[in-house]
Amino acid sequence: MSRNSIILHCAILAAGIVAPLLFPGLVFQFAMLWIMILFALTWDVLGGQMGYNSLGNILFFGFGMYICAITQIGMFYNVAEYTAAFGAIKVDFTDQQYYVGLALGLVLAAVACALVAALLSWVLFGLRGPYFAIGTLGAALAAAELTGAWNYVGGGGGISMPVFPGEPGVRSLFFYSLCMAASIACYFFLRWLYGTRFGLALNAIRDDEDKAEAMGLHTNRYKMVAWSISAFFLGIVGGLFGNMTGFIEPMEVAYPTLTFGIFMVAMTLLGGKGTLWGPVIGATLFHVVKEVTWTYLLGWQYVALGLLIIVNVVYFQQGIMGWMQERWPQRFGLVVDSEGAVASRENAP
Amino acid sequence: MNAAVIEVNKVSKSFGGVVANHEVSLAVPEGRITGLIGPNGSGKTTLFNSIVGYHPIDAGSIKFQGEEISNLNVQRIARLGLVRTFQQTRIYGKMNCLENMRISIAHRNAAWRDMFADYSPTIVERAEHLLEFVGLYAKRNLVAGSLSFGQQKLLEFAMALMNEPKVLLLDEPTAGINPTLINGLIDRLQRANSDFGITMFIVEHNMRVIMNMAEHIYCLAHGELLAEGPPATIQNDKRVIDAYLGAH
Repeated sequence: MSRNSIILHCAILAAGIVAPLLFPGLVFQFAMLWIMILFALTWDVLGGQMGYNSLGNILFFGFGMYICAITQIGMFYNVAEYTAAFGAIKVDFTDQQYYVGLALGLVLAAVACALVAALLSWVLFGLRGPYFAIGTLGAALAAAELTGAWNYVGGGGGISMPVFPGEPGVRSLFFYSLCMAASIACYFFLRWLYGTRFGLALNAIRDDEDKAEAMGLHTNRYKMVAWSISAFFLGIVGGLFGNMTGFIEPMEVAYPTLTFGIFMVAMTLLGGKGTLWGPVIGATLFHVVKEVTWTYLLGWQYVALGLLIIVNVVYFQQGIMGWMQERWPQRFGLVVDSEGAVASRENAP
Repeated sequence: MNAAVIEVNKVSKSFGGVVANHEVSLAVPEGRITGLIGPNGSGKTTLFNSIVGYHPIDAGSIKFQGEEISNLNVQRIARLGLVRTFQQTRIYGKMNCLENMRISIAHRNAAWRDMFADYSPTIVERAEHLLEFVGLYAKRNLVAGSLSFGQQKLLEFAMALMNEPKVLLLDEPTAGINPTLINGLIDRLQRANSDFGITMFIVEHNMRVIMNMAEHIYCLAHGELLAEGPPATIQNDKRVIDAYLGAH
Protein backbone atom coordinates (compact mmCIF):
# COMPACT_ATOMS: atom_id res chain seq x y z
CA MET A 1 0.00 0.00 0.00
CA SER A 2 1.27 3.43 -0.86
CA ARG A 3 1.32 6.25 1.67
CA ASN A 4 -1.64 8.03 0.08
CA SER A 5 -3.58 4.81 0.09
CA ILE A 6 -2.95 4.29 3.81
CA ILE A 7 -4.03 7.85 4.56
CA LEU A 8 -7.22 7.35 2.54
CA HIS A 9 -8.06 4.11 4.32
CA CYS A 10 -7.42 5.67 7.75
CA ALA A 11 -9.53 8.71 6.87
CA ILE A 12 -12.46 6.51 5.90
CA LEU A 13 -12.05 4.46 9.05
CA ALA A 14 -11.96 7.63 11.17
CA ALA A 15 -15.04 9.01 9.43
CA GLY A 16 -16.79 5.70 10.03
CA ILE A 17 -16.06 5.94 13.76
CA VAL A 18 -16.76 9.64 14.22
CA ALA A 19 -19.86 10.07 12.02
CA PRO A 20 -22.35 8.12 14.18
CA LEU A 21 -21.10 9.92 17.31
CA LEU A 22 -21.52 13.34 15.72
CA PHE A 23 -24.93 12.62 14.22
CA PRO A 24 -26.68 10.18 16.55
CA GLY A 25 -29.96 10.67 14.70
CA LEU A 26 -28.52 9.27 11.50
CA VAL A 27 -26.91 6.10 12.84
CA PHE A 28 -29.39 3.84 11.07
CA GLN A 29 -28.71 5.62 7.76
CA PHE A 30 -24.97 5.30 8.30
CA ALA A 31 -25.36 1.60 9.03
CA MET A 32 -27.39 1.28 5.84
CA LEU A 33 -24.56 2.95 3.97
CA TRP A 34 -22.15 0.23 5.08
CA ILE A 35 -24.70 -2.39 4.07
CA MET A 36 -25.08 -0.73 0.66
CA ILE A 37 -21.31 -0.73 0.19
CA LEU A 38 -21.25 -4.42 1.00
CA PHE A 39 -24.14 -5.02 -1.43
CA ALA A 40 -22.24 -3.33 -4.24
CA LEU A 41 -18.91 -4.99 -3.39
CA THR A 42 -20.43 -8.46 -3.37
CA TRP A 43 -22.48 -7.87 -6.52
CA ASP A 44 -19.35 -6.77 -8.34
CA VAL A 45 -17.61 -10.10 -7.70
CA LEU A 46 -19.84 -11.73 -10.31
CA GLY A 47 -21.28 -8.76 -12.14
CA GLY A 48 -18.11 -6.76 -12.58
CA GLN A 49 -15.13 -9.04 -12.20
CA MET A 50 -16.62 -12.21 -13.70
CA GLY A 51 -19.12 -10.75 -16.17
CA TYR A 52 -22.15 -12.65 -14.82
CA ASN A 53 -24.98 -10.24 -14.09
CA SER A 54 -26.97 -11.68 -11.25
CA LEU A 55 -30.31 -10.12 -10.43
CA GLY A 56 -30.91 -12.58 -7.62
CA ASN A 57 -28.11 -11.91 -5.13
CA ILE A 58 -30.76 -10.56 -2.76
CA LEU A 59 -31.69 -14.21 -2.24
CA PHE A 60 -28.69 -14.65 0.07
CA PHE A 61 -29.57 -11.50 2.00
CA GLY A 62 -33.03 -12.88 2.77
CA PHE A 63 -31.88 -16.43 3.31
CA GLY A 64 -29.20 -15.27 5.75
CA MET A 65 -31.77 -13.17 7.56
CA TYR A 66 -34.07 -16.14 8.09
CA ILE A 67 -31.28 -18.54 9.04
CA CYS A 68 -30.04 -16.04 11.61
CA ALA A 69 -33.54 -15.45 13.00
CA ILE A 70 -34.34 -19.17 13.23
CA THR A 71 -31.04 -19.81 14.99
CA GLN A 72 -31.54 -16.98 17.47
CA ILE A 73 -35.02 -18.16 18.37
CA GLY A 74 -34.61 -21.90 17.87
CA MET A 75 -31.68 -22.21 20.26
CA PHE A 76 -33.95 -21.38 23.19
CA TYR A 77 -37.59 -21.74 22.06
CA ASN A 78 -39.78 -23.69 19.73
CA VAL A 79 -39.70 -21.75 16.48
CA ALA A 80 -43.13 -22.91 15.28
CA GLU A 81 -44.81 -21.80 18.54
CA TYR A 82 -42.93 -18.52 18.49
CA THR A 83 -43.89 -17.63 14.94
CA ALA A 84 -47.48 -18.89 15.27
CA ALA A 85 -48.07 -16.25 17.95
CA PHE A 86 -47.08 -13.45 15.50
CA GLY A 87 -45.27 -11.56 18.19
CA ALA A 88 -48.21 -11.74 20.59
CA ILE A 89 -46.27 -13.78 23.13
CA LYS A 90 -43.66 -11.93 25.02
CA VAL A 91 -40.48 -13.94 25.04
CA ASP A 92 -37.62 -12.68 27.13
CA PHE A 93 -34.15 -13.63 26.06
CA THR A 94 -31.44 -13.18 28.65
CA ASP A 95 -28.49 -11.03 27.65
CA GLN A 96 -26.32 -14.07 27.24
CA GLN A 97 -28.94 -15.91 25.19
CA TYR A 98 -29.31 -12.89 22.92
CA TYR A 99 -25.63 -12.41 22.19
CA VAL A 100 -24.83 -16.10 21.84
CA GLY A 101 -27.84 -16.56 19.56
CA LEU A 102 -26.87 -13.58 17.44
CA ALA A 103 -23.25 -14.63 17.09
CA LEU A 104 -24.11 -18.19 16.19
CA GLY A 105 -26.93 -17.00 13.93
CA LEU A 106 -24.62 -14.75 11.93
CA VAL A 107 -22.04 -17.50 11.52
CA LEU A 108 -24.64 -20.04 10.43
CA ALA A 109 -26.25 -17.51 8.08
CA ALA A 110 -22.93 -16.90 6.36
CA VAL A 111 -22.05 -20.57 6.02
CA ALA A 112 -25.55 -21.64 4.95
CA CYS A 113 -25.68 -18.91 2.29
CA ALA A 114 -22.30 -19.96 0.92
CA LEU A 115 -23.57 -23.55 0.69
CA VAL A 116 -26.80 -22.50 -1.00
CA ALA A 117 -24.80 -20.49 -3.53
CA ALA A 118 -22.65 -23.52 -4.23
CA LEU A 119 -25.74 -25.66 -4.78
CA LEU A 120 -27.47 -23.07 -6.96
CA SER A 121 -24.35 -22.64 -9.05
CA TRP A 122 -24.75 -26.23 -10.26
CA VAL A 123 -27.99 -25.23 -11.90
CA LEU A 124 -27.66 -21.56 -12.74
CA PHE A 125 -24.14 -21.37 -14.14
CA GLY A 126 -25.37 -23.47 -17.05
CA LEU A 127 -26.95 -20.18 -18.14
CA ARG A 128 -25.04 -17.32 -19.65
CA GLY A 129 -25.68 -13.65 -20.38
CA PRO A 130 -29.27 -12.42 -19.97
CA TYR A 131 -30.47 -15.94 -19.24
CA PHE A 132 -28.32 -16.03 -16.12
CA ALA A 133 -29.80 -12.68 -15.02
CA ILE A 134 -33.36 -13.96 -15.49
CA GLY A 135 -32.55 -17.31 -13.90
CA THR A 136 -31.14 -15.70 -10.76
CA LEU A 137 -34.04 -13.26 -10.58
CA GLY A 138 -36.38 -16.24 -10.74
CA ALA A 139 -34.49 -17.94 -7.93
CA ALA A 140 -34.84 -14.87 -5.70
CA LEU A 141 -38.56 -14.48 -6.42
CA ALA A 142 -39.12 -18.19 -5.81
CA ALA A 143 -37.28 -17.97 -2.50
CA ALA A 144 -39.55 -15.13 -1.40
CA GLU A 145 -42.69 -17.05 -2.38
CA LEU A 146 -41.52 -20.27 -0.74
CA THR A 147 -40.68 -18.46 2.49
CA GLY A 148 -44.08 -16.75 2.40
CA ALA A 149 -45.79 -20.11 2.14
CA TRP A 150 -43.82 -21.76 4.95
CA ASN A 151 -45.69 -21.47 8.22
CA TYR A 152 -42.85 -22.74 10.37
CA VAL A 153 -41.06 -19.42 9.78
CA GLY A 154 -44.24 -17.41 10.06
CA GLY A 155 -45.13 -17.40 6.36
CA GLY A 156 -46.16 -14.02 5.00
CA GLY A 157 -46.79 -12.83 8.55
CA GLY A 158 -43.10 -12.74 9.31
CA ILE A 159 -41.15 -13.02 12.56
CA SER A 160 -40.68 -10.49 15.34
CA MET A 161 -37.00 -10.61 16.18
CA PRO A 162 -35.71 -11.02 19.74
CA VAL A 163 -35.41 -7.66 21.44
CA PHE A 164 -31.97 -6.17 21.97
CA PRO A 165 -31.11 -6.13 25.68
CA GLY A 166 -30.07 -2.52 26.06
CA GLU A 167 -30.78 1.16 25.42
CA PRO A 168 -31.99 2.10 21.91
CA GLY A 169 -28.94 4.35 21.44
CA VAL A 170 -26.60 1.52 22.34
CA ARG A 171 -28.54 -0.83 20.10
CA SER A 172 -28.13 1.29 16.98
CA LEU A 173 -24.42 1.85 17.67
CA PHE A 174 -23.99 -1.89 18.28
CA PHE A 175 -25.47 -2.84 14.91
CA TYR A 176 -23.76 0.06 13.21
CA SER A 177 -20.39 -1.28 14.36
CA LEU A 178 -21.20 -4.78 13.15
CA CYS A 179 -22.32 -3.51 9.72
CA MET A 180 -19.17 -1.44 9.44
CA ALA A 181 -17.01 -4.38 10.46
CA ALA A 182 -18.70 -6.69 7.95
CA SER A 183 -18.28 -4.20 5.15
CA ILE A 184 -14.64 -3.48 5.94
CA ALA A 185 -13.88 -7.19 6.26
CA CYS A 186 -15.53 -7.77 2.88
CA TYR A 187 -13.51 -4.96 1.31
CA PHE A 188 -10.17 -6.24 2.56
CA PHE A 189 -11.02 -9.82 1.69
CA LEU A 190 -11.88 -8.88 -1.89
CA ARG A 191 -8.85 -6.63 -2.11
CA TRP A 192 -6.67 -9.60 -1.25
CA LEU A 193 -8.68 -11.98 -3.44
CA TYR A 194 -8.37 -9.86 -6.58
CA GLY A 195 -4.61 -9.89 -6.16
CA THR A 196 -4.37 -13.67 -6.28
CA ARG A 197 -4.84 -16.07 -9.17
CA PHE A 198 -8.55 -15.94 -8.36
CA GLY A 199 -8.87 -12.34 -9.53
CA LEU A 200 -7.23 -13.07 -12.87
CA ALA A 201 -9.34 -16.19 -13.35
CA LEU A 202 -12.54 -14.20 -12.80
CA ASN A 203 -11.40 -11.60 -15.32
CA ALA A 204 -10.48 -14.33 -17.79
CA ILE A 205 -13.98 -15.80 -17.50
CA ARG A 206 -15.43 -12.33 -18.05
CA ASP A 207 -13.31 -11.61 -21.12
CA ASP A 208 -13.73 -14.98 -22.86
CA GLU A 209 -15.10 -17.97 -21.02
CA ASP A 210 -14.69 -20.35 -23.97
CA LYS A 211 -11.03 -19.43 -24.19
CA ALA A 212 -10.59 -19.97 -20.45
CA GLU A 213 -12.12 -23.44 -20.83
CA ALA A 214 -9.91 -24.20 -23.80
CA MET A 215 -6.90 -23.30 -21.66
CA GLY A 216 -7.96 -25.82 -19.03
CA LEU A 217 -9.05 -23.34 -16.36
CA HIS A 218 -11.39 -24.87 -13.77
CA THR A 219 -14.10 -22.37 -14.67
CA ASN A 220 -16.91 -24.09 -12.77
CA ARG A 221 -14.83 -24.18 -9.63
CA TYR A 222 -14.05 -20.47 -9.82
CA LYS A 223 -17.63 -19.50 -10.58
CA MET A 224 -18.96 -21.55 -7.70
CA VAL A 225 -16.49 -20.19 -5.16
CA ALA A 226 -16.96 -16.62 -6.38
CA TRP A 227 -20.69 -16.78 -5.84
CA SER A 228 -20.26 -18.48 -2.47
CA ILE A 229 -17.99 -15.65 -1.34
CA SER A 230 -20.65 -13.10 -2.30
CA ALA A 231 -23.31 -15.15 -0.54
CA PHE A 232 -21.18 -15.53 2.59
CA PHE A 233 -20.99 -11.77 3.19
CA LEU A 234 -24.59 -11.16 2.09
CA GLY A 235 -25.73 -13.77 4.61
CA ILE A 236 -24.00 -11.92 7.46
CA VAL A 237 -25.44 -8.58 6.52
CA GLY A 238 -28.87 -10.14 6.03
CA GLY A 239 -28.77 -11.44 9.59
CA LEU A 240 -27.74 -8.02 10.84
CA PHE A 241 -30.41 -6.17 8.90
CA GLY A 242 -33.14 -8.46 10.25
CA ASN A 243 -32.07 -7.61 13.80
CA MET A 244 -31.82 -3.90 13.02
CA THR A 245 -35.38 -3.66 11.72
CA GLY A 246 -36.68 -5.94 14.49
CA PHE A 247 -39.28 -7.56 12.27
CA ILE A 248 -38.76 -9.67 9.20
CA GLU A 249 -41.12 -10.90 6.50
CA PRO A 250 -40.42 -12.31 3.03
CA MET A 251 -41.50 -9.64 0.54
CA GLU A 252 -40.36 -6.22 1.74
CA VAL A 253 -37.67 -6.99 4.29
CA ALA A 254 -35.98 -10.25 3.41
CA TYR A 255 -36.18 -10.49 -0.38
CA PRO A 256 -36.73 -6.92 -1.64
CA THR A 257 -35.89 -7.80 -5.24
CA LEU A 258 -37.15 -4.51 -6.61
CA THR A 259 -35.37 -2.23 -4.16
CA PHE A 260 -32.16 -3.62 -2.66
CA GLY A 261 -31.92 -6.24 -5.39
CA ILE A 262 -31.83 -3.57 -8.08
CA PHE A 263 -29.88 -1.06 -5.98
CA MET A 264 -26.95 -3.50 -5.84
CA VAL A 265 -26.71 -3.43 -9.61
CA ALA A 266 -27.35 0.29 -9.97
CA MET A 267 -24.77 1.25 -7.34
CA THR A 268 -22.07 -0.89 -8.90
CA LEU A 269 -22.74 0.45 -12.39
CA LEU A 270 -22.71 3.99 -11.06
CA GLY A 271 -19.36 3.57 -9.36
CA GLY A 272 -17.81 1.53 -12.14
CA LYS A 273 -18.02 -2.23 -12.30
CA GLY A 274 -15.00 -4.46 -12.29
CA THR A 275 -13.04 -2.18 -9.97
CA LEU A 276 -12.52 -2.42 -6.22
CA TRP A 277 -13.36 1.18 -5.44
CA GLY A 278 -16.18 1.59 -7.94
CA PRO A 279 -18.77 -0.22 -5.81
CA VAL A 280 -17.69 1.74 -2.71
CA ILE A 281 -17.99 5.11 -4.43
CA GLY A 282 -21.15 4.14 -6.27
CA ALA A 283 -22.87 2.88 -3.14
CA THR A 284 -21.98 6.02 -1.19
CA LEU A 285 -23.18 8.39 -3.87
CA PHE A 286 -26.32 6.39 -4.55
CA HIS A 287 -27.19 6.12 -0.88
CA VAL A 288 -26.74 9.85 -0.32
CA VAL A 289 -28.87 10.71 -3.36
CA LYS A 290 -31.48 8.22 -2.23
CA GLU A 291 -31.67 9.55 1.33
CA VAL A 292 -31.73 13.18 0.19
CA THR A 293 -34.52 12.60 -2.33
CA TRP A 294 -36.44 10.51 0.20
CA THR A 295 -36.25 13.44 2.60
CA TYR A 296 -36.77 16.43 0.33
CA LEU A 297 -38.53 15.08 -2.77
CA LEU A 298 -40.89 12.60 -1.21
CA GLY A 299 -43.19 11.25 -3.87
CA TRP A 300 -40.59 11.89 -6.55
CA GLN A 301 -37.82 9.79 -5.05
CA TYR A 302 -38.16 6.92 -7.49
CA VAL A 303 -38.30 9.33 -10.41
CA ALA A 304 -35.04 10.83 -9.24
CA LEU A 305 -33.42 7.42 -8.76
CA GLY A 306 -34.74 6.25 -12.11
CA LEU A 307 -33.25 9.29 -13.81
CA LEU A 308 -29.91 8.63 -12.16
CA ILE A 309 -29.95 5.03 -13.38
CA ILE A 310 -30.99 5.99 -16.93
CA VAL A 311 -28.32 8.66 -17.25
CA ASN A 312 -25.79 6.18 -15.86
CA VAL A 313 -26.71 3.37 -18.23
CA VAL A 314 -27.21 5.45 -21.38
CA TYR A 315 -24.51 8.11 -21.15
CA PHE A 316 -22.06 6.91 -18.55
CA GLN A 317 -21.76 3.16 -18.82
CA GLN A 318 -18.21 2.91 -17.56
CA GLY A 319 -19.21 4.44 -14.21
CA ILE A 320 -17.20 6.85 -12.11
CA MET A 321 -14.12 4.68 -11.66
CA GLY A 322 -14.24 3.57 -15.29
CA TRP A 323 -14.37 7.18 -16.38
CA MET A 324 -11.44 8.09 -14.15
CA GLN A 325 -9.41 5.19 -15.54
CA GLU A 326 -10.06 6.41 -19.07
CA ARG A 327 -9.18 9.94 -18.10
CA TRP A 328 -6.00 9.20 -16.13
CA PRO A 329 -4.90 5.69 -17.17
CA GLN A 330 -1.35 6.05 -15.84
CA ARG A 331 -2.61 6.70 -12.35
CA PHE A 332 -4.27 3.31 -12.37
CA GLY A 333 -1.22 1.46 -13.60
CA LEU A 334 -2.63 1.06 -17.10
CA VAL A 335 -0.22 1.59 -19.94
CA VAL A 336 -1.33 3.11 -23.20
CA ASP A 337 0.47 2.89 -26.49
CA SER A 338 1.36 6.52 -27.08
CA GLU A 339 3.14 6.04 -30.37
CA GLY A 340 2.00 3.56 -32.97
CA ALA A 341 5.64 3.11 -33.94
CA VAL A 342 6.17 0.52 -31.24
CA ALA A 343 3.82 -1.74 -33.10
CA SER A 344 6.23 -2.41 -35.91
CA ARG A 345 9.29 -3.09 -33.81
CA GLU A 346 8.78 -6.81 -33.62
CA ASN A 347 8.49 -7.12 -37.38
CA ALA A 348 12.22 -6.68 -37.61
CA PRO A 349 13.99 -10.04 -37.70
CA MET B 1 7.74 -42.59 -37.69
CA ASN B 2 7.42 -41.73 -34.01
CA ALA B 3 4.59 -43.11 -31.94
CA ALA B 4 1.29 -41.36 -32.59
CA VAL B 5 0.31 -38.99 -29.82
CA ILE B 6 -3.13 -38.30 -31.32
CA GLU B 7 -4.95 -41.14 -33.05
CA VAL B 8 -8.18 -40.30 -34.81
CA ASN B 9 -10.02 -43.41 -35.88
CA LYS B 10 -13.04 -43.31 -38.22
CA VAL B 11 -14.51 -40.17 -36.68
CA SER B 12 -17.84 -39.00 -38.08
CA LYS B 13 -19.70 -35.83 -37.21
CA SER B 14 -22.86 -34.39 -38.75
CA PHE B 15 -24.75 -31.21 -38.02
CA GLY B 16 -28.36 -32.01 -38.88
CA GLY B 17 -28.17 -33.30 -42.42
CA VAL B 18 -24.75 -31.86 -43.13
CA VAL B 19 -21.97 -34.41 -42.87
CA ALA B 20 -18.95 -32.42 -41.71
CA ASN B 21 -16.63 -35.38 -41.11
CA HIS B 22 -17.13 -38.88 -42.47
CA GLU B 23 -14.96 -41.68 -41.09
CA VAL B 24 -11.82 -39.59 -40.89
CA SER B 25 -8.75 -41.40 -39.62
CA LEU B 26 -5.38 -39.84 -39.05
CA ALA B 27 -2.44 -39.92 -36.68
CA VAL B 28 -0.22 -37.16 -35.33
CA PRO B 29 3.27 -38.45 -34.53
CA GLU B 30 4.95 -37.24 -31.37
CA GLY B 31 7.43 -34.42 -31.63
CA ARG B 32 6.65 -33.61 -35.26
CA ILE B 33 4.70 -30.96 -37.10
CA THR B 34 1.71 -32.36 -38.95
CA GLY B 35 -0.47 -30.37 -41.31
CA LEU B 36 -4.15 -30.49 -42.16
CA ILE B 37 -5.31 -28.80 -45.35
CA GLY B 38 -8.42 -28.77 -47.44
CA PRO B 39 -10.70 -26.35 -49.24
CA ASN B 40 -13.15 -24.17 -47.33
CA GLY B 41 -15.91 -26.21 -45.75
CA SER B 42 -14.01 -29.47 -45.97
CA GLY B 43 -14.38 -30.12 -42.25
CA LYS B 44 -10.97 -29.14 -40.87
CA THR B 45 -12.22 -27.00 -38.02
CA THR B 46 -14.93 -29.55 -37.20
CA LEU B 47 -12.26 -32.20 -36.84
CA PHE B 48 -10.25 -29.86 -34.60
CA ASN B 49 -13.29 -29.17 -32.47
CA SER B 50 -13.98 -32.89 -32.20
CA ILE B 51 -10.43 -33.58 -31.03
CA VAL B 52 -10.45 -30.89 -28.32
CA GLY B 53 -13.89 -31.97 -27.08
CA TYR B 54 -15.81 -28.90 -28.18
CA HIS B 55 -18.68 -31.10 -29.32
CA PRO B 56 -19.41 -34.83 -29.04
CA ILE B 57 -18.65 -37.00 -32.05
CA ASP B 58 -21.21 -39.27 -33.71
CA ALA B 59 -18.96 -42.26 -34.24
CA GLY B 60 -15.34 -43.30 -34.06
CA SER B 61 -12.63 -42.85 -31.49
CA ILE B 62 -10.06 -40.23 -30.62
CA LYS B 63 -7.07 -41.20 -28.52
CA PHE B 64 -4.52 -38.94 -26.90
CA GLN B 65 -1.40 -40.74 -25.68
CA GLY B 66 -3.32 -43.98 -25.93
CA GLU B 67 -6.21 -42.72 -23.79
CA GLU B 68 -9.70 -42.32 -25.20
CA ILE B 69 -10.65 -38.62 -25.00
CA SER B 70 -13.75 -38.37 -27.19
CA ASN B 71 -15.95 -38.51 -24.09
CA LEU B 72 -14.08 -35.80 -22.14
CA ASN B 73 -15.02 -32.13 -22.04
CA VAL B 74 -12.88 -29.24 -23.26
CA GLN B 75 -11.31 -28.40 -19.92
CA ARG B 76 -10.32 -31.98 -19.10
CA ILE B 77 -8.70 -32.43 -22.51
CA ALA B 78 -6.86 -29.12 -22.20
CA ARG B 79 -5.55 -30.21 -18.81
CA LEU B 80 -4.19 -33.41 -20.36
CA GLY B 81 -1.88 -31.17 -22.38
CA LEU B 82 -3.80 -30.85 -25.64
CA VAL B 83 -4.21 -27.13 -26.21
CA ARG B 84 -5.72 -25.37 -29.19
CA THR B 85 -5.67 -21.87 -30.58
CA PHE B 86 -8.63 -20.37 -32.37
CA GLN B 87 -9.17 -19.33 -35.95
CA GLN B 88 -10.69 -16.10 -34.68
CA THR B 89 -7.97 -15.15 -32.25
CA ARG B 90 -9.11 -15.26 -28.66
CA ILE B 91 -7.32 -13.49 -25.87
CA TYR B 92 -8.54 -11.85 -22.67
CA GLY B 93 -9.14 -8.39 -24.13
CA LYS B 94 -9.41 -6.26 -21.01
CA MET B 95 -6.39 -7.75 -19.23
CA ASN B 96 -2.83 -6.77 -20.00
CA CYS B 97 -0.43 -9.11 -21.78
CA LEU B 98 1.34 -10.25 -18.63
CA GLU B 99 -1.98 -11.02 -16.94
CA ASN B 100 -3.04 -12.96 -20.02
CA MET B 101 0.14 -14.97 -19.70
CA ARG B 102 -0.06 -15.50 -15.94
CA ILE B 103 -3.55 -16.95 -16.01
CA SER B 104 -2.55 -19.23 -18.89
CA ILE B 105 -0.28 -21.42 -16.80
CA ALA B 106 -1.03 -25.12 -16.90
CA HIS B 107 -3.90 -26.05 -14.60
CA ARG B 108 -3.06 -29.73 -14.83
CA ASN B 109 -2.45 -30.31 -11.13
CA ALA B 110 -4.31 -27.29 -9.77
CA ALA B 111 -5.80 -28.08 -6.35
CA TRP B 112 -8.66 -26.11 -4.85
CA ARG B 113 -6.36 -24.02 -2.71
CA ASP B 114 -4.31 -23.06 -5.77
CA MET B 115 -7.18 -20.78 -6.70
CA PHE B 116 -5.89 -18.37 -4.09
CA ALA B 117 -2.22 -18.81 -4.90
CA ASP B 118 0.08 -15.94 -5.63
CA TYR B 119 2.15 -15.93 -8.75
CA SER B 120 5.66 -17.06 -8.04
CA PRO B 121 8.56 -15.07 -9.52
CA THR B 122 9.31 -18.14 -11.65
CA ILE B 123 5.94 -17.87 -13.35
CA VAL B 124 6.32 -14.15 -13.99
CA GLU B 125 9.82 -14.72 -15.32
CA ARG B 126 8.63 -17.44 -17.67
CA ALA B 127 5.75 -15.25 -18.86
CA GLU B 128 8.18 -12.44 -19.63
CA HIS B 129 10.55 -14.83 -21.32
CA LEU B 130 7.82 -16.17 -23.59
CA LEU B 131 6.60 -12.67 -24.40
CA GLU B 132 10.16 -11.90 -25.36
CA PHE B 133 10.16 -15.06 -27.49
CA VAL B 134 7.19 -13.85 -29.56
CA GLY B 135 8.42 -10.25 -29.57
CA LEU B 136 5.80 -8.73 -27.33
CA TYR B 137 7.96 -7.99 -24.29
CA ALA B 138 7.85 -4.24 -24.93
CA LYS B 139 4.05 -4.43 -24.82
CA ARG B 140 3.74 -6.63 -21.76
CA ASN B 141 1.80 -4.04 -19.76
CA LEU B 142 -0.54 -3.04 -22.56
CA VAL B 143 -4.16 -4.10 -22.46
CA ALA B 144 -4.35 -7.07 -24.81
CA GLY B 145 -7.45 -5.78 -26.59
CA SER B 146 -5.49 -2.76 -27.80
CA LEU B 147 -2.97 -4.87 -29.71
CA SER B 148 -3.19 -5.31 -33.46
CA PHE B 149 -4.68 -8.52 -34.81
CA GLY B 150 -1.28 -9.97 -35.65
CA GLN B 151 0.04 -9.16 -32.21
CA GLN B 152 -2.98 -10.78 -30.64
CA LYS B 153 -2.19 -13.92 -32.63
CA LEU B 154 1.34 -13.86 -31.26
CA LEU B 155 0.02 -13.34 -27.75
CA GLU B 156 -2.38 -16.24 -28.15
CA PHE B 157 0.52 -18.39 -29.28
CA ALA B 158 2.61 -17.32 -26.29
CA MET B 159 -0.33 -18.08 -23.98
CA ALA B 160 -0.55 -21.55 -25.48
CA LEU B 161 3.17 -22.09 -24.83
CA MET B 162 2.73 -20.82 -21.26
CA ASN B 163 0.28 -23.70 -20.77
CA GLU B 164 3.13 -26.17 -21.39
CA PRO B 165 1.15 -28.30 -23.81
CA LYS B 166 2.29 -31.65 -25.12
CA VAL B 167 0.42 -31.06 -28.34
CA LEU B 168 -0.59 -27.74 -29.82
CA LEU B 169 -3.48 -27.58 -32.27
CA LEU B 170 -3.23 -24.42 -34.30
CA ASP B 171 -6.21 -23.32 -36.34
CA GLU B 172 -4.87 -21.15 -39.17
CA PRO B 173 -2.04 -19.51 -37.24
CA THR B 174 -1.08 -17.18 -40.08
CA ALA B 175 -4.53 -16.10 -41.25
CA GLY B 176 -4.85 -12.35 -41.34
CA ILE B 177 -1.24 -11.64 -40.51
CA ASN B 178 0.89 -9.50 -42.77
CA PRO B 179 3.59 -11.33 -44.79
CA THR B 180 6.52 -9.90 -42.83
CA LEU B 181 5.09 -11.12 -39.58
CA ILE B 182 4.35 -14.56 -41.08
CA ASN B 183 8.05 -15.35 -41.48
CA GLY B 184 8.67 -14.48 -37.86
CA LEU B 185 5.74 -16.63 -36.79
CA ILE B 186 6.88 -19.65 -38.84
CA ASP B 187 10.30 -19.35 -37.26
CA ARG B 188 8.79 -19.25 -33.78
CA LEU B 189 6.48 -22.17 -34.42
CA GLN B 190 9.42 -24.23 -35.61
CA ARG B 191 11.49 -23.22 -32.61
CA ALA B 192 8.65 -24.12 -30.26
CA ASN B 193 8.66 -27.52 -31.91
CA SER B 194 12.40 -28.06 -31.88
CA ASP B 195 13.37 -26.25 -28.64
CA PHE B 196 10.38 -27.06 -26.44
CA GLY B 197 9.57 -30.41 -28.06
CA ILE B 198 5.91 -29.53 -28.61
CA THR B 199 4.07 -31.68 -31.13
CA MET B 200 2.04 -29.59 -33.53
CA PHE B 201 -1.03 -30.20 -35.62
CA ILE B 202 -1.75 -27.25 -37.85
CA VAL B 203 -4.70 -26.29 -40.02
CA GLU B 204 -3.43 -23.88 -42.62
CA HIS B 205 -4.60 -22.34 -45.87
CA ASN B 206 -1.30 -20.74 -46.74
CA MET B 207 0.39 -23.46 -48.81
CA ARG B 208 3.81 -21.85 -48.64
CA VAL B 209 3.66 -21.96 -44.85
CA ILE B 210 2.35 -25.48 -44.41
CA MET B 211 4.56 -27.06 -47.10
CA ASN B 212 7.62 -25.55 -45.43
CA MET B 213 6.73 -26.54 -41.93
CA ALA B 214 4.91 -29.84 -41.89
CA GLU B 215 6.60 -33.18 -42.30
CA HIS B 216 3.38 -34.94 -43.06
CA ILE B 217 0.15 -33.52 -44.44
CA TYR B 218 -3.42 -34.72 -44.46
CA CYS B 219 -5.87 -33.29 -46.94
CA LEU B 220 -9.62 -33.24 -46.32
CA ALA B 221 -12.31 -32.65 -48.92
CA HIS B 222 -16.05 -32.85 -48.42
CA GLY B 223 -15.52 -34.17 -44.92
CA GLU B 224 -13.45 -37.15 -45.99
CA LEU B 225 -9.75 -37.83 -46.02
CA LEU B 226 -8.63 -37.29 -49.58
CA ALA B 227 -4.90 -37.74 -49.46
CA GLU B 228 -1.94 -37.90 -47.11
CA GLY B 229 1.79 -37.88 -47.37
CA PRO B 230 4.87 -35.71 -47.21
CA PRO B 231 4.50 -32.18 -48.65
CA ALA B 232 6.15 -33.07 -51.95
CA THR B 233 3.66 -35.87 -52.59
CA ILE B 234 0.67 -33.76 -51.60
CA GLN B 235 1.78 -30.88 -53.78
CA ASN B 236 1.76 -33.07 -56.84
CA ASP B 237 -1.32 -35.09 -56.01
CA LYS B 238 -3.86 -34.52 -58.73
CA ARG B 239 -6.82 -35.17 -56.43
CA VAL B 240 -5.65 -32.44 -54.03
CA ILE B 241 -5.20 -29.93 -56.83
CA ASP B 242 -8.62 -30.80 -58.22
CA ALA B 243 -10.23 -30.41 -54.80
CA TYR B 244 -8.77 -26.96 -54.43
CA LEU B 245 -9.71 -25.90 -57.94
CA GLY B 246 -13.22 -27.21 -57.50
CA ALA B 247 -13.19 -30.10 -59.96
CA HIS B 248 -15.41 -32.19 -57.66
